[in-house]
Amino acid sequence: MKLTISGSPHIHSGRTTSGDMWRVVIALIPAFIAGLYFFGIGAAIVCATSVATCVLTEYLITRFMLKRPSTIKDGSAVITGILLAMNLPSNIPFWIVIIGAVFSIAIVKMAFGGLGCNIFNPAIAGRVFLLISFPMQMTSWPLPVVNQWNYTDAATGATILSKIKLGEMATEQFDIVSKTLGEAGGSIGEISFAAIIVGFIFLLVTKTIKWYIPVSIVATAAFFSLLVGGNPIIEVMSGGLLLGAVFMATDYVTSPMTKGGMFFYGIMIGLITIIIRHWGVYPEGVSFAILIMNGFTPLINRMFKPTLYGKRRAVGA
Amino acid sequence: MSIILSSTILLGTLGLVSAVVLYVIARRFSVQEDPRIDQIVSLLPGANCGGCGYNGCRDFAVACCNSTSLDSMVCPGAGDIAMCKISSIVGLASSTISKRVATLRCNGSIDRRKPVANFDGIVSCRFQNTISGGTLSCVYGCLGCGDCVSVCRWNAISINNLTRLPEINNAACTGCGACSDICPRNLIEITPLKRQSIYVACSNCDKAKEAMSACKSACIGCGKCKRTCTFDAIVIRDNHAWIDQSKCRSCGKCIDVCPTGAIHVSELYSDNQTVTTQR
Amino acid sequence: MKLFSFRKGGIHPPEKKLTAGTAIIEVNLPRQVSVLLSQHIGAPAVPCVAKNDVVTRGQKIAFANGFVSAHIHTPISGKVSSIGKITRPDGTVADAITVTAEDSDHFSDLQMIGDAAPVRTDREIDVLTSHDLIDIIKDAGIVGLGGAAFPTHVKLTPPTGISFDTLIINGAECEPYLTCDDAIMRTQANDIIDGVYYLMKAAGVSRAVIGIENNKPEAIRAISSASHRHDGIEVAVCRTKYPQGSEKQLIKALTGKEIPSGTIPSASGIVVDNVATALAVYHAVKWGIPLIERVITVSGDKLQRPLNARVPVGTLLSQIVELAGGIPDDTGKIVIGGPMMGKAAITLDSPLVKGHSGIVFFDKDEAIRKEPCPCVRCARCVEVCPMGLEPYLLSLCGYHGEKELAVESNISDCIECGSCTWICPSSCPILDNIRLAKSLIKNSKK
Repeated sequence: MKLTISGSPHIHSGRTTSGDMWRVVIALIPAFIAGLYFFGIGAAIVCATSVATCVLTEYLITRFMLKRPSTIKDGSAVITGILLAMNLPSNIPFWIVIIGAVFSIAIVKMAFGGLGCNIFNPAIAGRVFLLISFPMQMTSWPLPVVNQWNYTDAATGATILSKIKLGEMATEQFDIVSKTLGEAGGSIGEISFAAIIVGFIFLLVTKTIKWYIPVSIVATAAFFSLLVGGNPIIEVMSGGLLLGAVFMATDYVTSPMTKGGMFFYGIMIGLITIIIRHWGVYPEGVSFAILIMNGFTPLINRMFKPTLYGKRRAVGA
Repeated sequence: MSIILSSTILLGTLGLVSAVVLYVIARRFSVQEDPRIDQIVSLLPGANCGGCGYNGCRDFAVACCNSTSLDSMVCPGAGDIAMCKISSIVGLASSTISKRVATLRCNGSIDRRKPVANFDGIVSCRFQNTISGGTLSCVYGCLGCGDCVSVCRWNAISINNLTRLPEINNAACTGCGACSDICPRNLIEITPLKRQSIYVACSNCDKAKEAMSACKSACIGCGKCKRTCTFDAIVIRDNHAWIDQSKCRSCGKCIDVCPTGAIHVSELYSDNQTVTTQR
Repeated sequence: MKLFSFRKGGIHPPEKKLTAGTAIIEVNLPRQVSVLLSQHIGAPAVPCVAKNDVVTRGQKIAFANGFVSAHIHTPISGKVSSIGKITRPDGTVADAITVTAEDSDHFSDLQMIGDAAPVRTDREIDVLTSHDLIDIIKDAGIVGLGGAAFPTHVKLTPPTGISFDTLIINGAECEPYLTCDDAIMRTQANDIIDGVYYLMKAAGVSRAVIGIENNKPEAIRAISSASHRHDGIEVAVCRTKYPQGSEKQLIKALTGKEIPSGTIPSASGIVVDNVATALAVYHAVKWGIPLIERVITVSGDKLQRPLNARVPVGTLLSQIVELAGGIPDDTGKIVIGGPMMGKAAITLDSPLVKGHSGIVFFDKDEAIRKEPCPCVRCARCVEVCPMGLEPYLLSLCGYHGEKELAVESNISDCIECGSCTWICPSSCPILDNIRLAKSLIKNSKK
């Protein structure tokens, strides 16, 4: 009998990376259903295009360029696809979605070495790439509920954030209930506050993510918006803040490794978001804030080390 | 028009100021370096193997320029010709080397030893040695994971697919000793290379019976080679033979008498290569 | 009730204590034993018998070589049949003394066991000084029985300028499957408490804390009621969390102190000993029996009869496994020790040593690790590391041979508990790489 030898430990928790990824996909389902309900056919088309393009791009690159076994089964390309779609308006032409998806996977993810090696969150980078390249299409939001069977020809309107920015809407007009359920305009995924919270709770219960980053982002955003004279409830509930905080900022690969680092990262994202929202050109700043802090993640990892047993270590050492 | 003019003037001034600043800084802070250092570096192989005892090739070149004698300063990678050139650059007599190469003191190929376990984990001899006695019988023998291959900067070592043992290419090997350092079982010995070097390719410290049961071509320390050797070059210690290269005349008698075939020959180069280090 | 625990990191693998609540099986004396000379951390002992010498049970057959070393005794009477190399379970070889018993030797041993009587009365023990007790412990060749096998007399000797204040007795047994400490706590609580009392006297402390994980209620009950036999012995119930039984983590849990990096607990005035060690001390002091046997768990999901057995040191492991119904058919891996920190074995035709706490069998599916995928930096390894290290970084250092960065990142503090590798969703061989880095660092210091 030939036995196997290996180093300890000889047992494993049974957790897998792909398991984590698929759990994120499951957590995104409520938000997707909400998007489907409010935007109808458009949401379905954008989502399907995005996911299919991401998975196909990754498959082609691993198969023909890198000549390695395909990595699409780990689910990370599917997440990128869904998240990218979640960040797009439902009336965006599908060819723009394809460009964004190819950029996300080919440039942001695979060019850096694939899963685990990318510096920036592929979905966010893809969205920002599209926002800069196609500002018109990216910021014309279809009105929810009324357009279920229209795709690119859906009637459009401004989001709450841009209305407030342009002074078209007073903060008093904001209706928490409709926003919670998702009757304000916006991207596919950010439409329903409640659906995202359901996904968040699922991720927490399955121990897929930690609460540090989302909570610190939301708390900081609320606090600073109060400081600059905004309405914290509107700031938190409108736009993609929650979607970004729960699903994009918590991306394993591009977020810091330690508890202290995660808090710092979350606080900075919240701060930058409010700065962009109040003084920037764009009405929405979550994607930029996350992208900026992605770039700082390696530095944060160096700065915030875990507390060592039996040794006090100065921060920044 | 005024826009073009003003921007031209602005950028031009900026460029001019920067150029002046750069020039001043370059002059002010320039470091005078011995030009011979670069000359010597160009002669060295640039592998930074550390075989000379310095931290990389440039360090060695600096040391050559600064020292008053080139005794015992030798680049194993570049060989004697390069050392002669270096000696003419710095104007000192060079010390000469006889070529040294790595020899593997194990010949327990996969067909000579019994597989005793499967291994699951990272491919590293060093790691395997810390957690177990290895996957093949004979706890003194080569583990075959190729730590020496990955550490060799001269691409002189490769794992032979048939024997699962590393093979050392004497032409490429410089005797820098990196493989000898990394081998967790100290199986690689750096020896002077002669036209024919004869060495005992086994390090098994067990008595004959255990050694034979572990590996069919183990040295069993029987001493036949020692009795045959007319130059008194063979020592038996720890139940295996060892050949003192300073006494060995490469007559090859011991090879014929070895009952297990543990004594091997290392040829200098194959025929078509020029022998550069022999004087 | 307050649950003690260390705070930082830690995991909770399935406990799988298959042998919990079972009695300890007393193994018959074997007719032949091979006693290894190196059963402890430190220099191997030097044989003081020659081939064909006649030895009796409990006789010292090898002397400690230097301070950090331990004496070796024979568990059976008989004739020294050989002194030579023996294969250890992991495939490495070591020197061992083999003793073979004739029938007459065997019967005299059995009679000796039957006639055994205490060599010291309680009154005699009460007047022993700390020094006397340490000498008795040293003479009995007692080493830490938790796994590391560090000589106990060395631990009990305080470094110059330091006096001990607390004795911690480790009954946590946080490794899955293992129940040997649980078994002795349940069945020999009074003896253990006496042993703890002797250890307290030897260390010169007035306070001892016994830490037991809360998945062993019966042991907690037994030890708690026995603890009143002597003053100053407390029982602390710990949360079931791995690695609660690691020396540094247990100290943190029970005293709140952290042992400064790079120092040993005795430098902070703390001695940690295993419950099994306390039992061995009891036997040595009260009955004059050196450390010649220990309790070992034989377990595994596919094993016919998982059991705890009291086995003489030097018995072949395969003989112990026979009692448990033999090696299961589809066994793929045999681990000596617990599944988290134990060593994989390639053979069981190898003698038991003082430090072996268990034999665990895994079938072929469990034996093979999952194919590693790329690290996604999920930070779980950082979260579970009880020492506050960054395992992913140390692992990269090992992979790329970055020795300096590894040292800067405090690789020397790693206790190799394996929590990082256990939790890693990418199944990265984190601990393998850390061990490789440690080995490279050690090699470059040479």
